[in-house]
Amino acid sequence: MTSAGAGAATAFAAAGAPSPAVSLPRRRGIELALIVVAVLLSVYGYCAVGVARHGTLPPGAAGYGAGLGVLALVAHLAVRLRAPYADPLPLPIGVLLNGIGLVLIYRLDLETPGDRAAPTQLVWSTLGITLFILVVAALRDHRVLQRYAYVSVVAALALLTLPILFPAVNGARIWIRIAGFSIQPGEFAKVLLAVFFAAYLAANRTALAYAGRRFWFVQLPTGRVLGPIVAIWLLSVGVLVLERDLGTSLLFFGLFVVMLYVATGRTGWIAVGLLLASLGAVAVGRLEPHVHGRIEDWLHPFASIDAGLGPNQLAQSLFAFSAGGVLGTGLGLGHSVLIGFAAKSDFILATAGEELGLAGLSALFLLYGLLVERGYRAGLALRDPFGRLLAVGLASIVALQVFVIAGGVTGLIPLTGMAMPFLAQGGSSVVTNWAIVALLIRVSDSARRQYDGSTAP
Amino acid sequence: MTRHIRHAAAFCALLLLALLLNALRVQVVRSAAYDGNPANRRESIARYGQPRGDILVGGAPVTGSRDTGEQLRYERTYLDGPLYAPVTGFASQEYGTTFLEHAEDDLLSGLDPMLAPLPLWNDVTRGRPPGGMVVTTLDRRAQQAAYAALDGRKGAVAAVEPATGRVLALVSSPSYDPALLSGNDPGAEAAWRRLNGDPDRPMLNRAVSQTYPPGSTFKVVTAAAALDAGVVTDLDAPTDSPVPYRLPGTTTRLTNSGDGCADAPVREAFEWSCNTVFAKLGVRVGLARMSRTAQAFGFNDPDARIPFPVATSTFDTSLDQAQLALSSIGQYNTRATPLQMAMVSAAVANGGQVREPYLVERTTRRGGATVGTAGSRSARQAMSPSTAVRLRELMEDVVREGTGTRAAIRGARVGAKTGTAQHGIGNAGTPYAWCISWAQGRRDIEPSVAVAVVVEDGSANRGEITGGGMAAPIARAVMAAVLAP
Repeated sequence: MTSAGAGAATAFAAAGAPSPAVSLPRRRGIELALIVVAVLLSVYGYCAVGVARHGTLPPGAAGYGAGLGVLALVAHLAVRLRAPYADPLPLPIGVLLNGIGLVLIYRLDLETPGDRAAPTQLVWSTLGITLFILVVAALRDHRVLQRYAYVSVVAALALLTLPILFPAVNGARIWIRIAGFSIQPGEFAKVLLAVFFAAYLAANRTALAYAGRRFWFVQLPTGRVLGPIVAIWLLSVGVLVLERDLGTSLLFFGLFVVMLYVATGRTGWIAVGLLLASLGAVAVGRLEPHVHGRIEDWLHPFASIDAGLGPNQLAQSLFAFSAGGVLGTGLGLGHSVLIGFAAKSDFILATAGEELGLAGLSALFLLYGLLVERGYRAGLALRDPFGRLLAVGLASIVALQVFVIAGGVTGLIPLTGMAMPFLAQGGSSVVTNWAIVALLIRVSDSARRQYDGSTAP
Repeated sequence: MTRHIRHAAAFCALLLLALLLNALRVQVVRSAAYDGNPANRRESIARYGQPRGDILVGGAPVTGSRDTGEQLRYERTYLDGPLYAPVTGFASQEYGTTFLEHAEDDLLSGLDPMLAPLPLWNDVTRGRPPGGMVVTTLDRRAQQAAYAALDGRKGAVAAVEPATGRVLALVSSPSYDPALLSGNDPGAEAAWRRLNGDPDRPMLNRAVSQTYPPGSTFKVVTAAAALDAGVVTDLDAPTDSPVPYRLPGTTTRLTNSGDGCADAPVREAFEWSCNTVFAKLGVRVGLARMSRTAQAFGFNDPDARIPFPVATSTFDTSLDQAQLALSSIGQYNTRATPLQMAMVSAAVANGGQVREPYLVERTTRRGGATVGTAGSRSARQAMSPSTAVRLRELMEDVVREGTGTRAAIRGARVGAKTGTAQHGIGNAGTPYAWCISWAQGRRDIEPSVAVAVVVEDGSANRGEITGGGMAAPIARAVMAAVLAP
């Protein structure tokens, strides 16, 4: 670890700062400029929808822009004061994605006059950015979190099991309803589990890496350390079976395998992970009708059309993407509302694909890619194993989640219900994603602060 | 650990690449198939998202569009639906389009690339220009006169301008209101079922989609072939035609409905519609020349379009002598659409030249700028000009003193040929009354209208169904409407 960390430090010094004695640029001005761009782009999208639909600027454009702008500025101030060395990219990316999400939801609200989701989403975004500010302001050092590993995992398990007590909504038991608000506790559990995994693996990685027999090319783990892994696998399958939430289960398991690999470097873990995952997937795919149906839909998206039942959601989603073509129909001019149920949440990307085209969709994917890349870069730059694993874990959550849901709605993999980070309607998801960005800001601040010659690491 | 973080990052990059490639697949590579999937409603939404272009008769639209505010926003309306239904057809959100609505659909719905201000303009802007207009050749008064004269009886009228081939009237009766089918509501479905189940078949376009045995009106074709071939040189010389005429190679004896046909000269035989004379004449002309003449008039042309397809009128080209004899008097396998018989009449009126009929004068943008015009249509010589002059004489005689006196118009030259076509097994069906005619106004230098009328009225007294009695007055009404100043 020490040598690896030193290597990274050398590489960084060679690339960015020739003399460690000079104070690093803090790049807060870049961040501010990018935030202004992000807010302006969102306001432009909002206006484009209004002009396309009614021929006039929407009446709320100024208020919307001011609201988003103030939130983003306060977040920026918090970063400037409390995390001055932080990476300048994650916050503008979050603001832009959240802003585009609000535009898309507002745009879909026009098609469903009885269901206005954008104002609620704006409230949740405010809560999310508030949480971001709180995390950036209150959490001075990410290593503090290491102490709360077991608190985190207990909280995560509690959050995951809570919805089992509530009635299923649309075939999945992942919501709890309190006072008219729907909350998806599994979303919050993601971050808590990433914290726990990072802490557990940072503490046990040597034992995990170097124990066990070698069999053929694969270093097998010992039974003692295999326990937690099997436990996680069971947890994932349990989530899947009890809550019928294929996406979350896939996300947890993928997250764990990635972090385990990064912590130990053992390909054996990957082999075991893939084996367990495929066993679980085959068994559940066969036994669980909900999941089986999703796989059938993925293999034959137009089967319902051939059967004379009309296009199903996935077929409608594919039609929407295809209608977008390269340049898109333009905001407000598509017909992604044909998807029907979940057009604003799980299928929000179809609206982006139809109205912004391949160009806009690729831009969105690259924005997510950039966010993930910034997380990994922070992980590479940090020295403490916990911080590295936490950064990698948080970035991987975003990467896996985007892949699972975007791949699902574009027919790349079987569709699983998940929220597109920042874009999709859903309060829990937005709040969680702001927490992830806050933690990335925090670790990236630590990562760069340690190289600043003007302050003590 | 650094190396493994890089590996994990590479894995994430792979996921990103997979997403990008898959987006390319869905949005570009497979796009055409997805866009064209019949279950994809986007094309319908775009199509009905703007008012459909109008079809014009005599400078005024006979169609319109109604904003329903539904997902498929605009519905087709018709100002005088039943009158123009055989021309416009319907444009239904549920059942597609027919006739002009179908043939000019791209233009009317704004898809025609000619409507775009620049090539590929619409592909870039993703816009759709407003639907264009279709200006028809119809004569509003002729159309109305024909519809009124048919008066709900089963039948059809086709009228063309001989010199150009412009279709002046195209009427089918009984008719229906195509507006009933425009929407996608339960009412449209009920109307669709009712119209399809109606034994009178109101949606059948009898003027162009239905063929009838032309009966004696086909004698114009036989006479033209005989004159052109030189089989007949003197219209007033007696022909060697026995009554009854035994069909060659059979024992079947052909008779006439009237007397005085034995050895009758062609002029008299034409006037009084002697079957025996023309059956024998057809046999003397021979199959090859009969076929050639019939085809020159437009028979056996499977690609006839005006611009919607016209049912193929047939003259069988592999016949024995007895069949040829019957075919020459418009029986056996000979079948013609009313439009085809109007073309026969028009050829006589136009010096023997057949002009391809057409219904669309020009197409324009919504603002009126011309997109396309009918241009000059090809012409075929069906008979020599001198034969045409003599046939004109014969047809005028029919009106002056033969079976077509009820087609006469005071102060105009009118020629006609009537027919009463037998059909059904053993000729048991109610016969069809035919009349084909042309008219030239007093101040006109050439005939300005040629008409074909068929009436198939099952409720009429069988004895009264004769071309001269039922069809000629209808033809007269249409011609009078065209000639009227």
